[in-house]
Amino acid sequence: MEVAVFTLGAVIVLSGGLGVLLARNPVHAALFLVQTLFGVAVLFVLLEATFLAAVQVMVYAGAIVILFLFVIMLLGVDRADDLGIEPIAGQRPMAAVVGVSLAGLLATVLLVAVDGLTGARGGTPLGDAGDNTRRLGEALFTDMVFAVELTAILLTVAVVGAVALARRLSGPMQPLPVVAIAESDDQPTEADDEPAGATGEDS
Amino acid sequence: MVVTTGWYLALGAALFSMGAVGLLVRRNPLVMFMCVELMLNAVNLTFVSLGAELADLGGQLSVFFVLVVAAAEVVVGLAVIVAIMRRRPGATVDDLSVLGG
Repeated sequence: MEVAVFTLGAVIVLSGGLGVLLARNPVHAALFLVQTLFGVAVLFVLLEATFLAAVQVMVYAGAIVILFLFVIMLLGVDRADDLGIEPIAGQRPMAAVVGVSLAGLLATVLLVAVDGLTGARGGTPLGDAGDNTRRLGEALFTDMVFAVELTAILLTVAVVGAVALARRLSGPMQPLPVVAIAESDDQPTEADDEPAGATGEDS
Repeated sequence: MVVTTGWYLALGAALFSMGAVGLLVRRNPLVMFMCVELMLNAVNLTFVSLGAELADLGGQLSVFFVLVVAAAEVVVGLAVIVAIMRRRPGATVDDLSVLGG
């Protein structure tokens, strides 16, 4: 039974990963990413990490992929990439070599490690699956409380940064110059990038 | 036959390599971000399986923080992509070599 579930999860994960790698359309890639994340959640359940499985589905598959899809739709980049052209000569063979080397290296580390794990066992006891959430919460808010507070600061900074980056500047605040783009030199669309009313006041 | 930790580690290694190759090959910055998520998930899987092997909660705690940092990273990264794409529609990462000065 466990082998069957693991095999199912592994097939879901690996096919989803291949889909992200090969999908021409970014929307399809995002949906394949959802498949991979669900597969990882299945494996988390199998490893009795029930809280993380739920968080995986809610935060990753729910929030992060929705954010991806939202940006794809917002920017309108949902047309298919042309995977036929290779912009940098030799990029794909090199990438294949690097990928195979990385996989081989990791597999070698796995195969060589015949002695098993050397770490101390049971530092913070794991408990069973039903007890998982309570133990995680206890550990997070006692031993790890400083780190939890730091992540709170990190998330706040990230949200403020995202708002500041994605904000559309209007009015006299227009500090960024229009970048001269080689390919759009022939198009007189310079003023289109900026909100109306912002161009006259700086120059 | 029983599922050992090595199976999970092998799966994590395969998924990590897949994400790395995708990061090297793809040109759409959004898809590259998705490949980074693949790599993060591979590491998460490794953390949880090693934590289960060692009967230690530390693996799952690490995954929790990886999740938080991944969420923050995606938020900031997508904001950067939106800011770039608004200025230069249809930009791929190869077009962003102007950042080099």
